[in-house]
Amino acid sequence: MTSALLEVRNVVRKYPGPPPVLAVDGVSFAVPEGICFGLLGPNGAGKTTTIEMMEGILAPTSGEVLYRGEPIGRRFKEEAGILFQKTALQDFLTVRQSLTMFRGLYSHGLDVDEVIRLCALEKLEKRDTRKLSGGQQQRLLLAIALVNDPKLIFLDEPTTGLDPQARRNFWELVQSIKARRKTIILTTHYMEEAELLCDEIAIMDKGRVIAQGTPRNLLREHFDEVLLELPRQEFPEGARSLPLKVIEASDRVEITTNDLDGTLRKLMDARVPLKDLRIRPPNLEDLFLELTGKELRA
Amino acid sequence: MMKRLFAVWHARNLEFVRDRGTMIFVLVLPIALILGMSFVFGGGERPLFKVGVLAPVVDTQSHPFLGERFTDFVPVTDEADAIRKVSRHSLDLLVDVKSPVRYWVNPSSPKGYIVEKLLLQADPSAHREPVSGDAVRYVDWLFPGILGMNLMFGCIFGVGYVVLRYRKTGFLKRLNATPLTAFEFLTAQVLSRLVLTAVVTSMLFVGIGALINFHVAGSLLLLFVLMLLGALSMIALGLTVAARFSSEEMVGGILNLLSWPMMLLSGVWFSLEGSPQWVQWIAQIFPLTHLLDAARAVMIDGAGIAAISNHLIYLAVTAVAFLAFGAWSFRWRAE
Repeated sequence: MTSALLEVRNVVRKYPGPPPVLAVDGVSFAVPEGICFGLLGPNGAGKTTTIEMMEGILAPTSGEVLYRGEPIGRRFKEEAGILFQKTALQDFLTVRQSLTMFRGLYSHGLDVDEVIRLCALEKLEKRDTRKLSGGQQQRLLLAIALVNDPKLIFLDEPTTGLDPQARRNFWELVQSIKARRKTIILTTHYMEEAELLCDEIAIMDKGRVIAQGTPRNLLREHFDEVLLELPRQEFPEGARSLPLKVIEASDRVEITTNDLDGTLRKLMDARVPLKDLRIRPPNLEDLFLELTGKELRA
Repeated sequence: MMKRLFAVWHARNLEFVRDRGTMIFVLVLPIALILGMSFVFGGGERPLFKVGVLAPVVDTQSHPFLGERFTDFVPVTDEADAIRKVSRHSLDLLVDVKSPVRYWVNPSSPKGYIVEKLLLQADPSAHREPVSGDAVRYVDWLFPGILGMNLMFGCIFGVGYVVLRYRKTGFLKRLNATPLTAFEFLTAQVLSRLVLTAVVTSMLFVGIGALINFHVAGSLLLLFVLMLLGALSMIALGLTVAARFSSEEMVGGILNLLSWPMMLLSGVWFSLEGSPQWVQWIAQIFPLTHLLDAARAVMIDGAGIAAISNHLIYLAVTAVAFLAFGAWSFRWRAE
């Protein structure tokens, strides 16, 4: 893995108590140049702690993070662009003034005008940053993350709390950045987002990476089956004893099988109503449920 | 309604009690203020007036005036120096009780005026001697003190709270992800405040100075440099406090703990002449004391750079020391 742009080696992070918390428990992976790498996991899985150690703003308790084979230092800070989950900007400054301030912190980067155009902020450039909507605020924070023309971009849950339209707009922006051959590291708990944007993903749970690979390979590895979905209230108690692979989600049950005919027959024999049955190929959401036993958005 | 009120009241109490920084300062600050006040004004009655007595020790039996209450009689031996102190409002009155009784008073001093009446009541034969040199008006003596106090509060609180807010909102964390260093960040904050302080203080200086018809005896340039150094030292002090903590109450408490004794003990309002030696010694720690001593020397006595060099050096050294300590202990993120 010598070609990795960023490498995480056996990183551990403990938070002192009481009670002490082992937020990240020995995580290793490498991010090759030019891909979009997704870090997925339920709330509390250690995603943010991991990404903050990769960003160099949180020191690991043990283990190391290497950027181009070297510990994180000045070069990393010049070449990385970061979008945190929550960032307040200075009061009373306009969009342009905030961008100009951040541009001034880097020895090279893009023109403020270019970043404004890139993130579609032209109409907002004279607005006080406190008066932006959630989606506009995220676009500005992304613009700040791009102002040094970074090689590596961190996006920590960038669309959490945005409405579907704003989320879609943001995805388009990220795809245009991907097209510029930037390396992106993204955390999210939206599977849709990961499937759309990520070339490679690592799934975290309880401070560890429990699966890693391209979305397609991960799905192939864990499912050679199709999924049957039934509303939960239509799945009778008696059917639970059937020899089927059943995962229960909050509002539905999911049955995975590679013998569709046999399964359907078993369900019909058990008098399970099949009016609302859906059959579909598995997606990342299912993979996640399978691996962690949890729903991602729960 | 009472149930909701109680729920919020109780939750706030828990929050308060668990925030150790707040607890400490809510308890420590009043105690420190009480102790401080009692030491400064202690010894039973609080003296209203400060009278210099030309004698190695003050013998209260030697003259009826020396039995006056609420008056602090300070023995002095150097007559010329004591007269200068009268003219500079460090002493309200100077008396020599050896017959014939003579006294010196600054005609512009309000306290001197009253204490003179007391003396003449006790001894109508006392003879008033002229105060040699310029008698300084009380307002002229107070002027540097007021400017200095304003500067001190602005510097100490101004930057401290800004840095604290930046830390709490996560803005500092975002800056930490850039190549910006702690020293660069702190220096920028200091310089920004320094320019602001310089402009405001200069405006006050010119405005109030014109209003009270004040004439600076010494060099304006020297005074400006002195003001910059004093502001620098106190801004750096405020930053040092805010460098680490994320609790408003904690920072507010420490800043109050620093600024109040400074306001009381640095000679803004009254001279510490005759206070216990150790109080004067503590006052020497405060940057404001050095700023005011030097400013009065330049503004009233026309002192040159050599005469106030020790004050300048003290302010410069403390500024560098506070800033270095602040940069060293600086934290970007709230815990």
